[in-house]
Amino acid sequence: MKYLDEFRDSTLAKSLVGELQKAVTKPLRIMEVCGSHTMAIFRNGIRSILPEGLELISGPGCPVCVTSAPHMDAFISMADKPGVRVAIFGDLFRVPGSNGSLANASSRGAKIDIVYSSMDALEIAKNNPEDLIVFLGVGFETTTPGIAATILAAKTQGIRNFVVFSTQKVMPPPLIALLNDPALKINGLLCPGHVSAIIGAGAYQPLAENYNLACVVAGFETVDLLNGLIFLARQIGRGEAKVENAYERVVSWEGNPRARKMVDEIFEPTDMEWRGLGVIPGSGLKIRDKYAEFDAQVRLDITLPEAKEAKGCMCGNILKGINNPRECPLFNSRCTPANPIGPCMVSSEGTCAAFHKYGLDM
Amino acid sequence: MCLAIPMRVTKVEGNPDDFTTNKIATVDADGISRDVRLDVVDHWPAVGDYVIVHAGFAIHSLVEEEALRNLELLRELAENMSPELLS
Repeated sequence: MKYLDEFRDSTLAKSLVGELQKAVTKPLRIMEVCGSHTMAIFRNGIRSILPEGLELISGPGCPVCVTSAPHMDAFISMADKPGVRVAIFGDLFRVPGSNGSLANASSRGAKIDIVYSSMDALEIAKNNPEDLIVFLGVGFETTTPGIAATILAAKTQGIRNFVVFSTQKVMPPPLIALLNDPALKINGLLCPGHVSAIIGAGAYQPLAENYNLACVVAGFETVDLLNGLIFLARQIGRGEAKVENAYERVVSWEGNPRARKMVDEIFEPTDMEWRGLGVIPGSGLKIRDKYAEFDAQVRLDITLPEAKEAKGCMCGNILKGINNPRECPLFNSRCTPANPIGPCMVSSEGTCAAFHKYGLDM
Repeated sequence: MCLAIPMRVTKVEGNPDDFTTNKIATVDADGISRDVRLDVVDHWPAVGDYVIVHAGFAIHSLVEEEALRNLELLRELAENMSPELLS
């Protein structure tokens, strides 16, 4: 396929592996922020060819994993309400809250639809006028513009039985929170590809400037990932800290202002709780008062319950890059993909799920 | 969650400046055809262009020169390697 195969070319990749070996001249600890990067890195076997001295740490970029336990509990209690039909992205289905998951709610009769797009949820609303359809908004900048467009479409089309429960999050604030944590020692950031398509490579400039951190935006194919790592290794080797873009075909310096305008019309910044990271100021998005009729929290009068994290689960520290899954006492004993305890094992993009799937559990 | 792949546009519907129209492109990826929304795409695509699609929405319309430059830089990077590392 055009724009895909050429970035999977094995001859080119082989050359880049050699180049990466040459480029690593001092110990590097690089955080890959995005969950889709984590999976792509494992799937392409990048970890197995990393040169000595280059360590990759997974960051907080799996949206399902960072959804807080109180939010999960609120999702589940909402699904249990009569007259409510919940539409979700599939990854969320089996994430445990304090008392079971949406899958458990479904088995006791809650109406839950797994959708590919928020627009599909709007279709369900049109076809089921007797139900209130609640779309559970979980995701980062890549996902939010589509949800904003869906809310606008609901308003334009006068659909009254569609609401969104927003736990939408934005990327730069948690990175700043992590960089302020002395427990995390990294000297480079592999910046997310498709979040950056929206916010632009320029969004990382303050991180490079204020935290002396090398930042490189990369794509998801084998040669994209290798290219991103080479850029980082060279930059750090030269003692520089700047933003570079290794995914030019998709990401520009200014991003996608059209999408950001759509988001800004519907949403405003709010403080948001992240699993493992706590409440981070301005790291979430809530629906503006002007669109309150589409806000599940307003329409259903939801208060977030107190929630308990599973005992012994190290998801929080794994999300912060402080521990890796093998250091968790539950990993591959009580916590497996078939019976997950923490969200990092549930989501297909979770670090624990990736370690399990790709055999790094030995 | 943020995975998105390039798909070729085979049909475009709607008007970028008129918010009352349905903005939809029919796209094709490896023989599979589906409709995607163009509400938040950065620039309006033409038939034959490629768009990056995430959760039913095109988020970026690829410009051929950007993709070629991207690839060119990668190839340059690989060609500058010392030959012993290729073995």
